[in-house]
Amino acid sequence: MTLELDARQRALKQMLEIRLAEEKIQELFLANLIRGTTHLAIGQEAVAAGSTAALIPGDKVTCTYRGHHHALALGMTLRGMMGEMMGKATGACKGKGGSMHMTDATIGLLGANAIVGAQLPIALGAALTAQVKKTGNIAVTFFGEAASNIGAFHEALNMASIWKLPVLFICENNLYGEYSVWSKTTPIQNIADRAAAYNIPGVMVDGQDTEAVYQVVKTAADRARTGQGPSLIECKTYRYRGHSRTDTAPYRKPGELDEWLQRDPINILKERMIADGQLDEVEYEELRQAAETAVVDAIEWAKNEPFPALESLYADVYYEG
Amino acid sequence: MPEMTYREAVAKALADELASDPDVIFFGEDVGEAGGVFKVTPGLYERFGGDRVRDTPISEQAIIGTALGAAITGLRPVAELMFADFVPVALDQIANQVAKYRYMSGGQFVVPLTIRAAQGGGNGFGTQHSQCAESWLMNFPGIKVVSPSTPVDMYGLLRGAIRENNPVFVLEHKGLYNLKGEVPDDTAPMNLGEAKVVRAGSHVTVVASQLMLHRALEAAAALAKEGIEVEVIDLRSFVPLDKTTILQSLAKTNRLVVVEEAPHQAGWGGDIVSLAADEGVYWLAAPVKRVNMGGALIAYSPPLEDEVLPNVGRITRAIRDVLAA
Repeated sequence: MTLELDARQRALKQMLEIRLAEEKIQELFLANLIRGTTHLAIGQEAVAAGSTAALIPGDKVTCTYRGHHHALALGMTLRGMMGEMMGKATGACKGKGGSMHMTDATIGLLGANAIVGAQLPIALGAALTAQVKKTGNIAVTFFGEAASNIGAFHEALNMASIWKLPVLFICENNLYGEYSVWSKTTPIQNIADRAAAYNIPGVMVDGQDTEAVYQVVKTAADRARTGQGPSLIECKTYRYRGHSRTDTAPYRKPGELDEWLQRDPINILKERMIADGQLDEVEYEELRQAAETAVVDAIEWAKNEPFPALESLYADVYYEG
Repeated sequence: MPEMTYREAVAKALADELASDPDVIFFGEDVGEAGGVFKVTPGLYERFGGDRVRDTPISEQAIIGTALGAAITGLRPVAELMFADFVPVALDQIANQVAKYRYMSGGQFVVPLTIRAAQGGGNGFGTQHSQCAESWLMNFPGIKVVSPSTPVDMYGLLRGAIRENNPVFVLEHKGLYNLKGEVPDDTAPMNLGEAKVVRAGSHVTVVASQLMLHRALEAAAALAKEGIEVEVIDLRSFVPLDKTTILQSLAKTNRLVVVEEAPHQAGWGGDIVSLAADEGVYWLAAPVKRVNMGGALIAYSPPLEDEVLPNVGRITRAIRDVLAA
């Protein structure tokens, strides 16, 4: 199952924007325009682009602090994201969230979470709403392979299975949980195998291939929408950068990054579109340029936006009214 | 006027809210077909069906996280944690998620979520099934906390909590489930954040809640025979805190005793004393006293449990101390 032309174009544009935005975000950190920490998803773009291509309006998503790609693929504006990165009043979360908490309720993004695994049970709740209200919508929750070692993962898969909730558990196995290669912390080969313990389908897919991701997510989504319950999908992928901004990833095996670069998710889709006569190098370069322009525009815009008024510190602790 | 137990008041409040709003759902461990381990919720599953009244696995993180996710997407869930001692099992979901979800999104969500839990000692449940949770929860802005002490307040505050567009913990004291009281048919959902003067007096103010409130009232009744007029305030709501009612009483009595069913360190009584020091210090005619569990833990053996929880004797002594000062 391949994507239609317009969906391929959309995915390619998304992935280029994600890639360029992430690279710029790293620069902004080094220039001290962004504080704290950040977790880049460079190399994992196809997971976000492929998965979100299978979603429909009303579907809900929770994700992780390495979640800029999910947010942009779902439709968060570059300006909203860059504004939030810089803690500006007009950022996606009015400056209250930052890099690790990208949230946009208007596009179904219920929030990126800075606690490993915490977003899984929250997605169950969105799925419960869809089930009780019979909306035909689903919830999707993204997490890394290391999150499959935390209790919330197991509680969430178990309860979702018992209740047959319309929720997809999408694992981005990028091989590293923070600074540790996952084989050191996890006694099984494939995270997808954990699905068996909860009597739900567990599917593995090449996480660098946008359309392969789309295909398995679409199949699982159709299943969930028709009351057949949750699925666990393991996307085999790779993060090109370290865990967070100060990590240069010295723990990687020599040559490992180069091997993965040979299977770059943007290149895979690009080459496929060229082979199918849907794209040429000139058009690709135009797309890349347009993405770069959009990213730069968002950054320049965000730089000039105001910080939140200090009174806003006390706003939205509670809903008033 | 109908009389019912505190336990029945919980069930009636849940039933009335489930009946009045189709978005209300209720789930927790053994709350459905079994009717709850404290037999607080019998009949709800049969009446409202398994879609809206659900039994969960023993998975406290999943229970709270699911309730949060449901609350921000259009339902009005009531989640039960069974024993309040299980709050720490789900503490990430409570402290990092429920409390912060609205705030860290810049106000994108309302979180109409109620979490019920049974708390309190005095029944021989031992050290991991007897604690009170208010002091733990008060350190997480974003959550409201109420602890009803009577059947009518149980009914009204639980309904008020379910209608509230913020996360609310409703803490039920296990030692009060059999307490009977009048709950008028027209009892409306109550506002959170209001303390109540349940016994008027002019000599000393006692602030307490739940089991400790009833013990304070017992002490006050005995002291009245000696002409000592104790004003007893049922705090009812820990967050928000009704400063006005406390300060007005302090302005009248000039003396303060706080009775907590909690350890002394970082216990909620410290906040009441801090309020008195910050905003009521010129009214104070004597040092304030906190009666609580000190630095001890709840033990199983009956005489030890009786000793650790403030009793009428200790409350009476504290009142006499501040009056003598």
